Amino acid sequence: MQKEKVIIAKELTKRFGAFTAVDKITFDVQKGEIFGFLGANGAGKTTAMRMLCGLSLPTSGSASVAGYDVYKQNELIKKNIGYMSQKFSLYEDLTIRENIRFYAGIYGLTDKQIKEKTYSLIKQLNLEGQEKTLVRALPLGWKQKLAFSIAVVHDPAIVFLDEPTSGVDPITRREFWSLIYEASAREITIFVTTHYMDEAEYCNRVSIMVDGRMEALDSPSNMMKDYSAKSMDGVFLQLARKAVRTGD
Amino acid sequence: MRALKFLLQKELRQISRDPSIIRILFIMPMVQLLILPLAADYEIKNINLGVVDHDHTEYSRKLVNKIISSGYFRLKDYSATFPQGLHAIEQDKTDLILEIPSQFERNLVKENEATLFVAVNAINGVKAGLGGAYIQGIIQNYNQDIRLQWIQYPRFDPQPTIQVTSSDWYNPNMNYRVFMVPGILVMLVTMIGSSFAANNIVREKEMGTIEQINVSPIKKIQFILGKLIPFWMLAITVLTMGLLIARLVYGIVPLGHYITIYIFASIYLLAILGLGLLLSTYAQTQQQSMLVSFFITMIFNLLSGLYTPIESMPGWAQIITKFNPVSYFIEVMRMVVLKGSGLADIRYHIFALLGFAIFFNSWAILNYRKRSG
Repeated sequence: MQKEKVIIAKELTKRFGAFTAVDKITFDVQKGEIFGFLGANGAGKTTAMRMLCGLSLPTSGSASVAGYDVYKQNELIKKNIGYMSQKFSLYEDLTIRENIRFYAGIYGLTDKQIKEKTYSLIKQLNLEGQEKTLVRALPLGWKQKLAFSIAVVHDPAIVFLDEPTSGVDPITRREFWSLIYEASAREITIFVTTHYMDEAEYCNRVSIMVDGRMEALDSPSNMMKDYSAKSMDGVFLQLARKAVRTGD
Repeated sequence: MRALKFLLQKELRQISRDPSIIRILFIMPMVQLLILPLAADYEIKNINLGVVDHDHTEYSRKLVNKIISSGYFRLKDYSATFPQGLHAIEQDKTDLILEIPSQFERNLVKENEATLFVAVNAINGVKAGLGGAYIQGIIQNYNQDIRLQWIQYPRFDPQPTIQVTSSDWYNPNMNYRVFMVPGILVMLVTMIGSSFAANNIVREKEMGTIEQINVSPIKKIQFILGKLIPFWMLAITVLTMGLLIARLVYGIVPLGHYITIYIFASIYLLAILGLGLLLSTYAQTQQQSMLVSFFITMIFNLLSGLYTPIESMPGWAQIITKFNPVSYFIEVMRMVVLKGSGLADIRYHIFALLGFAIFFNSWAILNYRKRSG
């Protein structure tokens, strides 16, 4: 069954001076899919993601997100996506409830919707009784789960997650992924970068970036077959070893 | 504009939770307005005097007594020779040496003429200038006194003299504080306006929360208004506190209307906040924005006419003050508080500030990018 495509990228490129961070990547993401975006540090994942979110202007190539052009309609894209950056981006000096209210508010939810969302979100995260806790006081895993829930509070078409689980313990990571599945069940497309190969296996399809280029794009099972590897770890090592660039 | 409501709500909550902002808001105006006007006084008193008296006569002693009893000088050194007296200056014990030559009295009485030597330490120009002028005045006075003793005045003064009587308007008691307090108030409001807002935005950059704002559909103008309005309110609060202190502590009641001050301050704050906003669009770290705003406010304050009159600055510096919003506000404050000027009298200042406000804010909005190139 061919589904609607929510992200279409064609030869998307980003250069900073002589340095090509993202080199002509072409791919598309289908509606409701969990799309894994893998690559070593410095491979260009974050830059590619920032272009798709309208935070960074591409140098060349074309892309559309949720049906809008990244060059001209970047403000329309922003209405239809959620974004969770590498850096923790909730307000630490606001309470859990205030953060939910703020982000729901700036995405234009009505007071009634905000009330309902706050209630269901706090219940889902088992944060009852802690609504008035400052976000600063939460452990990292909780913060990340809260940040994700807030990134999808306005039911966007797509949510972009940039290494959402780095530094989080395995149990919380599992809980985090169950949140992702729940969002996916709500027809929210998930675009996620990660360094954890077990997480890659949770995705419907994954792409692997090496030195700004997209070296592989397939479902995890096909990819393991193609590279005759037992796990995604093996696939990743084979591809990433070719990298010339190092570090961030 | 619904998003603006949420932005303002969030901003006010964050400000109210930041103990340092609240502390600075209350303590800074108190300290500045209670201590500075009392300490930073132009009137020079307690000039340390060194005397080298080679004459040791009744006349020389009378002269020294007269100088000391003026209240401006303190006798700190009494040396036998000039080099010794100079040594006292070098040690910073004295600011000024009065050398009375030997035979001072003899020459004065016999030849009707005598010379005195005054050496002034001119490192502090104001102190030196005023000290020299005071001592000259006293010596002239002394000269007249002794001539009066000797000369039998004729019926009409052979040397006609013109008596000048001056009356001091607007600040009849020449009260320095009345002049200083409104100016210091301007400085305070400026500091809050220019650095608080700038720092606040740069902090969002550092925390990474600005990225989350940039990826949302919030419009640039909403974001900027969301930052302008809360800090505008803070600065107006500080202004109100300052005006209260001026009234309750120093008894300064503006001759003009408070409303005139508030109208002008509101426009002024738009300009200064715009400048802070502009800084924040360039600065990447709080350190950068602090240093730059510190540098700019220092220049603004020194070239504002707060400490030194603009009219006595060199021509090029006077031109710079035309581009300094602070100088307009200080002038307006003094006009309204001391002269009772109304809106019509300060219309030129209002137009200038509106110009600054439009200039800084449009530059800031142009330079604030939700998307990097």
